[in-house]
Amino acid sequence: MSAILAARGLKAFYGQIEALHGVDFEVEEGGVTALLGANGAGKTTTLRAISAMIRREGNLEFRGKRMTARAPEDVARLGVAHVPDGRGTFTDLTVEENLRLGAYVRRDRAAVKADFQRIFGYFPRLAERIHQQAGTLSGGEQQMLAISRALLLKPSLLLLDEPSFGLAPLVVAEIFRILRAINESEGVSILIVEQNANLALDLATRAYLLETGRVVVGGAASAIRADDSVRRAYLGY
Amino acid sequence: MVELFHQLASGLALGGVYAITALALVMIFQATQLVNFAQGEMAMFSTYIAWWLMQNGWDYWQAFGVTVVFSFVGGVVIERVVVRPFAQAPVLASVIVFIGLSFIFNALAGFFFGYSVQSFDTPFDGRPWFGNKFMSAHESGSVVVSLVVLALVFAFFRFTPLGLAMRAAAQNPASARLVGVRVGWMLALGWGLAAAIGAVAGMMAAPIVYLDPNMMGGILLYAFAGAVLGGIDNPWGAVFGGFTVGIAENLLGAYVVGEEVKLSVALIIIIGVLVAKPSGLFGRRIVARV
Ligand SMILES: Nc1ncnc2c1ncn2[C@@H]1O[C@H](COP(=O)(O)OP(=O)(O)OP(=O)(O)O)[C@@H](O)[C@H]1O
Ligand SMILES: [Mg+2]
Repeated sequence: MSAILAARGLKAFYGQIEALHGVDFEVEEGGVTALLGANGAGKTTTLRAISAMIRREGNLEFRGKRMTARAPEDVARLGVAHVPDGRGTFTDLTVEENLRLGAYVRRDRAAVKADFQRIFGYFPRLAERIHQQAGTLSGGEQQMLAISRALLLKPSLLLLDEPSFGLAPLVVAEIFRILRAINESEGVSILIVEQNANLALDLATRAYLLETGRVVVGGAASAIRADDSVRRAYLGY
Repeated sequence: MVELFHQLASGLALGGVYAITALALVMIFQATQLVNFAQGEMAMFSTYIAWWLMQNGWDYWQAFGVTVVFSFVGGVVIERVVVRPFAQAPVLASVIVFIGLSFIFNALAGFFFGYSVQSFDTPFDGRPWFGNKFMSAHESGSVVVSLVVLALVFAFFRFTPLGLAMRAAAQNPASARLVGVRVGWMLALGWGLAAAIGAVAGMMAAPIVYLDPNMMGGILLYAFAGAVLGGIDNPWGAVFGGFTVGIAENLLGAYVVGEEVKLSVALIIIIGVLVAKPSGLFGRRIVARV
């Protein structure tokens, strides 16, 4: 397996408090890697550390090079898009403005235009609501908007923080179907954080289990799913 | 009747100045939830620069252009050097920084240019426009300049990627950074724009109120009253409020309270709005951040 992102002894801090105690993991190039764990395990913190939203220590390699970016805006410029916890909608702006912001760092205007159309192919509902104020969208629509905004960066790595959170099962199924399509047809590597382990393991090729800021198990998604003791101890089903 | 129209019309001229100053206040407020009390003295200092250039033989519009650009750069530098270090500090610290800044600019202006009152040129002299009996040429011209500034600012925020990025940075800085917006620079840019707008306001006001280091004190108070009236988080509201206060000030000054105490009109508006409808006419309820 070749890794698009590799963490070695990654630590992360909120002020002086260490929330991630040196984790190792790899995100498969062209694959979907899942980060699982209970509430407070450090999943969101891991994604924030990757995006340099919080202070981090340890080694992070992106495409074989040490990631030195020290601010989220520089990480974005590397081609890492982050759909944050809570979706990060610009609620007072229109749907269109939210999407335009997704492509903010890009200069290839014609390609951006084509990408808008491609995204409306995935999420026709956004096209219908293009001039609506984004804060008035439903939760599911806002999640679609957040994913679309991230895709407009034309990322090589997509970080997703609980895309299923608070959504009805049908909407979740639709979003996961589209995530799979994005991964398979566009070759975007994905690192997905989920509480819903079942769902994530279906999509993922690799998975890691976090517990209080440490990785306890990692490996092929199928192996983790098949391991009864892991499933009972950590995934609770 | 003629006198009433005359009062209304001159209210419009200073109203335009209040409106663009209020807009500058709103811009900073939206990004930082802070009122920049130094806005007025920065504008006064900019106006002195224009005056000094003209004293040295510069043509009006050249001096105008250079002053606006200089003020923009100055605003950016002030944000980066003076305001930025207090970004994480308690609100009171920032307020003290703003007040300190205004004292500094006031003192600098006095030191460099003296405290005596100076007259200030207008490019709009000569006969009133379009046979307009109620407004001097400068009053008409300054309304037009204010409207042009408003149009440019709104077009910038509405139609350019940079304007969009500034709105995004003000609204949701964390998300803005994740899409690559350099939020720190957007704030500095906001200060630059506010300073440039202030320079225009000062140059339009100076022929009316005359130039001295305290010329912007009253204007800032009226502009703040306008912003509060319209809603300090709503740019359109602030513009409306600025014009309204300009007209109200003139009418009340002429017919009700007299020229001497009309500045208290601004205070009454501010207190009245804050008591009766804290969000202003068009603002959202301001929810204190916990
Ligand atoms: N902003 C913050 N300031 C201080 N501590 C924080 C902050 N955010 C998270 N933490 C702490 O860091 C640890 C990991 O939290 P994190 O949000 O990464 O968990 P999570 O795995 O994403 O949980 P959940 O499934 O509930 O979202 C927790 O102990 C949490 O209390
Ligand atoms: Mg989380």
